[in-house]
Amino acid sequence: MSKSKSYLQIDNLWKAFGDFVALQDVSLDVFEGEFVCFLGPSGCGKTTLLRAIAGLDLQSRGSVIQDGVDVSELPPAQRDFGIVFQSYALFPNLTIRKNIAFGLENAGRDRASINNRVEELLQLVGLPEQGDKYPAQLSGGQQQRIALARAIATSPGLLLLDEPLSALDAKVRVRLRHEIKALQRELGVTTIMVTHDQEEALAMADRIVVINEGRIEQVGTPTEIYQNPQTLFVADFIGEMNQFEATIDDQRQLQIGSSRFSCRSHEFTSGAQVIAAIRPDNIVPQPLDYKAAGEVNCHRVVLKDMEFLGSFWRCRLHNENFKVNHLIADFSANAVRRLNLQPDQSMMVQLPEDTMIIYARDEARV
Amino acid sequence: MNPAAKGKLSLPAGRDIKAVVSRDDHMMRWWMALIGVYLIVTLAMPLYAMLSKSVSTYRFDLQQFEFQVSDEAGDFTSPPVLASSLNQTLGAVSAQALNTSADGRLAATEFFPDFSFRSPVNYRIRGTSEQAAYLVGSSLTTGTEWTEIDSNTFRRVQLRPVASTGLGNFSTYFSTPALMGSIRNSLYIAVISTLITVTLAFGFAYALSRSCVRYKSTFRLIAMIPILVPSLLPGIALIYLFGNQGMLKELMFGGTIYGPTGIVLGSVFFTFPHAFLIISTALSISDARYYEAAVSLRSSPWRTFRVVTLPGARYGIISAAFVVFNLVITDFGLPKVIGGQFNVLAVDIYKQVIGQQNFEMGAVVSVVLIIPAILAFTIDRIVQRKQVALLSARAVPYQPSPDKKADSIWLVYCAMVSVFIVGLIAVCQYAALVKFWPYNLTLSLNNYQFDQMDGGGWASYFNSIKLGLLTAVVGTCIVFFGAYLVEKSNGFNTGRGLFQMVAMLPMAIPGMVLGLAYIFFFNSPANPLNVIYGTMTILVVCTVTHFYTVSHLTAVTALKQMDREFEAVAASLKQSALKVFTRVTIPVCLPAILDISIYLFVNAMTTVSAVVFLYSPKTTLASIAVLNMDDAGDIAPAAAMGMMIFYTNAGARILHLFASRKILKRTQAWRQR
Ligand SMILES: Nc1ncnc2c1ncn2[C@@H]1O[C@H](COP(=O)(O)OP(=O)(O)O)[C@@H](O)[C@H]1O
Ligand SMILES: [Mg+2]
Repeated sequence: MSKSKSYLQIDNLWKAFGDFVALQDVSLDVFEGEFVCFLGPSGCGKTTLLRAIAGLDLQSRGSVIQDGVDVSELPPAQRDFGIVFQSYALFPNLTIRKNIAFGLENAGRDRASINNRVEELLQLVGLPEQGDKYPAQLSGGQQQRIALARAIATSPGLLLLDEPLSALDAKVRVRLRHEIKALQRELGVTTIMVTHDQEEALAMADRIVVINEGRIEQVGTPTEIYQNPQTLFVADFIGEMNQFEATIDDQRQLQIGSSRFSCRSHEFTSGAQVIAAIRPDNIVPQPLDYKAAGEVNCHRVVLKDMEFLGSFWRCRLHNENFKVNHLIADFSANAVRRLNLQPDQSMMVQLPEDTMIIYARDEARV
Repeated sequence: MNPAAKGKLSLPAGRDIKAVVSRDDHMMRWWMALIGVYLIVTLAMPLYAMLSKSVSTYRFDLQQFEFQVSDEAGDFTSPPVLASSLNQTLGAVSAQALNTSADGRLAATEFFPDFSFRSPVNYRIRGTSEQAAYLVGSSLTTGTEWTEIDSNTFRRVQLRPVASTGLGNFSTYFSTPALMGSIRNSLYIAVISTLITVTLAFGFAYALSRSCVRYKSTFRLIAMIPILVPSLLPGIALIYLFGNQGMLKELMFGGTIYGPTGIVLGSVFFTFPHAFLIISTALSISDARYYEAAVSLRSSPWRTFRVVTLPGARYGIISAAFVVFNLVITDFGLPKVIGGQFNVLAVDIYKQVIGQQNFEMGAVVSVVLIIPAILAFTIDRIVQRKQVALLSARAVPYQPSPDKKADSIWLVYCAMVSVFIVGLIAVCQYAALVKFWPYNLTLSLNNYQFDQMDGGGWASYFNSIKLGLLTAVVGTCIVFFGAYLVEKSNGFNTGRGLFQMVAMLPMAIPGMVLGLAYIFFFNSPANPLNVIYGTMTILVVCTVTHFYTVSHLTAVTALKQMDREFEAVAASLKQSALKVFTRVTIPVCLPAILDISIYLFVNAMTTVSAVVFLYSPKTTLASIAVLNMDDAGDIAPAAAMGMMIFYTNAGARILHLFASRKILKRTQAWRQR
């Protein structure tokens, strides 16, 4: 994503419901035409942040600047956005056509142009034949698309989607992901989508904002977030992560149990208590006799059991030294075949030093 | 990154962000404030007026008046003397008689036993304080200046009482055995009626939901009949059946129907539908899975009933009990018609106000009547809330299976209850058609010639229709719009909470109390709104307020089923909230809106208690005409008028049914799932 001009600026936003602080000091820039996902567990404040941006529930502190205008205190009707709710909120007694036309019926707009626009939108969301039906007569996925068509009918500058796919079944969800993303590209509309589904966020977003307990944990592209989670929370929430309690030795390397690991440079001092983490798919399987010179971070493990998950094998490895029950590793079907891996056999694994991430111990999950 | 340290967080210092209130929100707040003011003016302020009336006491303060009597020549040689000392020596007025009401008057001549209006002596009177007031003829005089008058005028001098605030009225009330007895009587009939009605209604509802008894829909229809007639109609029917000249007088075995027996029988009749509806709902939500479990555990039917059915329906039963209790204890029409010498609280209010013009005492009885009514209401609300919690649990509806023996027993049971209900209506109809019971049994329509009786004639009937229609239209608009604003507006939470509370209040206020409160508030000359006193307007206002709560709850329930985000969507599309209201909210809620209108119409046609204090000769009502004709001994025309109300309400209900069907049919496409 080319970093074009900033479209939406959120500065030091706080939101309290009575005594409960739902958002703490949230600051964020969203660029023009960007697709941003708010990702976090249920109840972390994603919807609250979205509603503050829309003006539906005003923040307690802080400001929202949209397209250069401070909209912090404006009611929703005076802001520029389209929104799709989890429930879709389609008007049940109006036909699809009338639902889409609802926002177009303004003074100075004639019938014919409204009708044209409605047809255009029905085409755009791929439901040209359904205009005269009522919402209840459509499937969930179709209703979702109508809600989307209604939200973009007036060509808003900002599109807000609150868990738009969560009410659908898995198959439809995956298909709609692509459609929404394609539509967003085509229209170039700045979009913020709320989701608690990391896959969805990774698949759709240009940038992901990971939120936990009302705070932003990390903002970054899907690959940044996945490969370089900056907090243990992000590491744990997105994808799988093996974690070890470790100390930093006097050569600033990692000491896990009695094993020593080299790692990339870090700012921890000698003797610091840390957590070392590595993703299952970063663990490299090697044959038992693998002893090439200069190879570091190679350890002998017992392959406890393995589970075939289609494109890869999920394996549970054991090494007494690591002070964890199991090490989870994802090996490609190819590697498993090549190394002829079987349960209960010993093997070597390599934990490449640049894939080991180190976190301070006191950041451990509560 | 943020520190993970957890602890109690609080906002940074600074100004709270205050929303620029949108035009829609502004409008909504204005409208809500308007309807709020409506409720305050038509409910809170009258009730306040009544409360303050009940603690206003009036007493002749004899220390405040001083007299001086001249000799025959007209010279005032004797010293002035206080009325109190005169009374002390004479004992002319007892201490009891010094307590009086707002328009109490005491003739000055009481203190001069040898007074003669022909005597040549002159009198002087003055107050000892500025508050002292007395009438000379019809002109009011106050103050400490001497007024000199001849003996002919002196006989027209009357002392006025001073007002003060206190619980004097209450102590008078509680020390008058005749009045105190009514509390016991009221509680007695309310408890007995409640026990009987709830038992009967439970059996009926049980039969319709848990057995395969035949004619279910007919029975359900019959159970609803009593709602369509004024509560005093069963009283008239019972008089025809068991009264002094009753058809089945012998069945009373020397007892009398006038009194508790008649009140209880009639109360069972008119409260039956209410109890039936509530218990039916409770039974219909009980979970079939428990029954399957009970069957698989080979539990005996009686045990299943005790362990599964009763606990499942307990909230319904308790709620029904309190609703019935409330209806009976606050009902006025029935005990008025058939109560005989058996005094109850609601009738006491009427007697104090209309009979004795003692408004303060009427207010006191009202306050006494409010207490059990509010208690019953509060408990009912708490129980209902629990019931709702039960409702939300996913239950599998119970499908009864046929059982020949049980089903035929239930058929007999339902038939007997139905005979009781239909029978009383049939008796009324018969009474309305018979020329002169029991002497001339030919049938005629003579009794429908209302213009030849007291009670306002046919005009009363048409007034009632007018009241019904106006109440339905005006009431539905106010109630639905009010509920919409409370449910759908943003912010303004205190205001909304307050509104919800005030909207619940009318249900707890007995009709008699509301009516009396209206007299105090709207009939006060100081109130600019007193122009509506004696008009149709006050009847409409009073009826809308009286039946506000149930209508409000119906509207709220319907509105709660609408997606919470409709208004947000509209705002994002730059469309007004009004557009959502007219294009979506109203069409979707139309069935509920129709329900509210028919509810208001039917109740406006049958209500007696609140309007009995408020009608004027120009606005007599059918239900009041029934009461007054019965009072005047024209029982047959009273029955005829009662039947007119029945026909009208039945017709209205049928119309409502057709309208609802048609709407549902037309909107079928979008309602189906
Ligand atoms: N109107 C409200 N009043 C009180 N608490 C609220 C309100 N709305 C949300 N919350 C609380 O704020 C937190 C964040 O809610 P939300 O933003 O809806 O979470 P999510 O990330 O699942 O969308 C939750 O703990 C929720 O209970
Ligand atoms: Mg949410």
